[in-house]
Amino acid sequence: MKKVLVLLTVVTLLLAGCGGTSDTTAPVSDEVVTLRIANSEEYIDEGGWDASETIELPDGEKIRGVDSLVSDFEKWYQEKYGKKVRVLYSTYGTNEDLYNQMTLGNSFDLVCPSEYMIMKLMREKRLEPLSKDFYDKDSVYNYYAKGVSPYIFSRMKQLTEGGEALTDYAAGYMWGTLGTVYNPSKVDKKDAQSFLIYLNKKYRKRITIKDSIRDTYFAGLAIDKEKELAAPDADISSILNDTSQKTVDSVEDIVTAMRENAYSMETDSAKQDLVTKKADASLQWSGDAVFSMDQADETGLKLKYAVPEEGSNLWFDGWVMMKKGINGDADKKQAAEAFIDFVSRPDSVIRNMYYIGYTSAITGGDDPMIEEYLNYTYGSDEDGSVDYDVSYLFGKKCVIKTDPEQLDRQLYAQYPTEDVLKRCAVMKCFSDGANRRISQMWTNVRCYRFPWEG
Amino acid sequence: MRFKRSMLSIPYIVFLIIFVMAPLAVVVVFAFTNGSGHFTFENFFGFFRSSRTIATLIYSLFVALVTTVVCLLLAYPTAYALARSGFKKKNILLLLAIVPMWINFTLRITALKEVLDFLEGNLAYYPFLNTIIGQVYDFLPFMILPLFTVFDEMDKSLLEAGRDLGADRKSLFFSVVLPLSMPGIVSGITMVFLPAMTNYVVLDMLYNSTYIMGSLIGSYFNAYDWHNGSMISAILLLIIVLFSSIGKQKDQNSTIVTPVSPSP
Repeated sequence: MKKVLVLLTVVTLLLAGCGGTSDTTAPVSDEVVTLRIANSEEYIDEGGWDASETIELPDGEKIRGVDSLVSDFEKWYQEKYGKKVRVLYSTYGTNEDLYNQMTLGNSFDLVCPSEYMIMKLMREKRLEPLSKDFYDKDSVYNYYAKGVSPYIFSRMKQLTEGGEALTDYAAGYMWGTLGTVYNPSKVDKKDAQSFLIYLNKKYRKRITIKDSIRDTYFAGLAIDKEKELAAPDADISSILNDTSQKTVDSVEDIVTAMRENAYSMETDSAKQDLVTKKADASLQWSGDAVFSMDQADETGLKLKYAVPEEGSNLWFDGWVMMKKGINGDADKKQAAEAFIDFVSRPDSVIRNMYYIGYTSAITGGDDPMIEEYLNYTYGSDEDGSVDYDVSYLFGKKCVIKTDPEQLDRQLYAQYPTEDVLKRCAVMKCFSDGANRRISQMWTNVRCYRFPWEG
Repeated sequence: MRFKRSMLSIPYIVFLIIFVMAPLAVVVVFAFTNGSGHFTFENFFGFFRSSRTIATLIYSLFVALVTTVVCLLLAYPTAYALARSGFKKKNILLLLAIVPMWINFTLRITALKEVLDFLEGNLAYYPFLNTIIGQVYDFLPFMILPLFTVFDEMDKSLLEAGRDLGADRKSLFFSVVLPLSMPGIVSGITMVFLPAMTNYVVLDMLYNSTYIMGSLIGSYFNAYDWHNGSMISAILLLIIVLFSSIGKQKDQNSTIVTPVSPSP
């Protein structure tokens, strides 16, 4: 009896042990390429649109997400490349969850983390570079190369890690800013245009901040460096990437005061709290801001969005291939890059933007479809409409006539003007030392203080 | 091979090894190693050196303590009244106490949040009070059930004997009822106190942004510091084992109390 038990245990342990590793080695025999993709939750069009949701562009083009983009990709790939691909699509909560999952042995071929996580993965040499052909604009299916916004591309290219540019490894997916969604009947626009609102006692326990180290540190940092940022020749990027002990210490006091002044530190609930008027202002990423404004519009409440003028955060998420997942398999790499191109095709881009509310890094290049979609969503030919210029983003003349209200609302959140982005910095990946300092700062802020500690 | 009764335990043992023992071993390994994989006690001493982690431990214990005391104060008379009420009503009343457990607790807390918001005007001013209310709401049935069981099974003739021998109500309670209900109290405390220490979801949902042990562990893992995160988990585990062994000792001389499905 005992022997049987021991045998069973050994067998189970062996089976359990193999589970983690076997998926990297098994070759697929019947020429079906398996592509393991991991992405944030709710971060791709999952289809199922009502017919009434169909987007009809001026040139008669109709766009509607019937099936998910993932299954549409499988069909498209077989059609265009003559090979079968099977996508195993999974989702994760945060960049850190993804990182921990991969470190614990989960293998993916294509993932979509934020810029700082991409830099961390580059630093650890875990990424497979994009192939040379990927940026070849003459190839028919290279929708990414042809469509990526030149402005976003150049901002991404400025980020380097170990002498290599981010664009050698990553293809931009969505991007945005960090700002404040506010209820204009309760909050002055002037107040909302500064991070100082989060310390303003006038809004005590009526504003929410993010339960996220990086975002809240960023807000505290911008407050701490307010004077330096206001200097006419300020190097915004290096000021907003300061992680020295001295700075971290003074940010700690600011963040502690922010926390004391806040209604909540949240990851998701503020969108609802704004609509139900429990909160008057909220620190949000632009995509969530658009979502909140859309939700509030349905109840007749008009919310607005402001990017703090001290300087704010420009972030993007991008597709990267994992070296361990691709494992030298050329077919797999081709399928992974084809997936990036498929989601960068203008109609896919529109489906994604409609579905998730964020701004795509793709502006379409010569293809006018995305510009048309912008006009379809925000355009207005009524009296009093104003010109809104996003040519810098599209890399070609692109001015749309819109309702002046949109200058503080969805359009401004989704497609900020160039002067806003000039004052935004990308927050790079922290060094190990900085990570320790800032984590300790966060623990100090969040943990209980005995009354005698002050 | 002949079938033996002990073989019935195989599925459970396999489950135990894969989902309990193995992860536990991983936690212990991480807890006693550093970033470069060398054995170290540093994480252990680090826990006690940091005033912030100690403060979090004490805050968690305090939240759990207050939750348990309030649960006990509410559940004791409730369970007594339930068990002593007329036979027919009894089960319906008990059902009313248990029904909330059928609904997922995050849904219940979401609903509670709206109620508290309505009553208080702004939740954010009373984070500690809200935490206790949320925790009590969540755990109360776990305190009522074991108490109900002991009261229900309590031999009424003992009470009658006490009364016949001249005990007044007060001494009847302290010398007969309370000692007899001890097993229920102990098992109720074990079922409320320990989970209440780490139940950070309630704090998150009710906007209490102070860390308790559960959230502190999460923050370490988010900062890629698995070693200190594991050490805190291990220490927490140790505390839990310690508390439940105290509970067991107290329980030793009494009958085993089953906390679920009381007899009709």
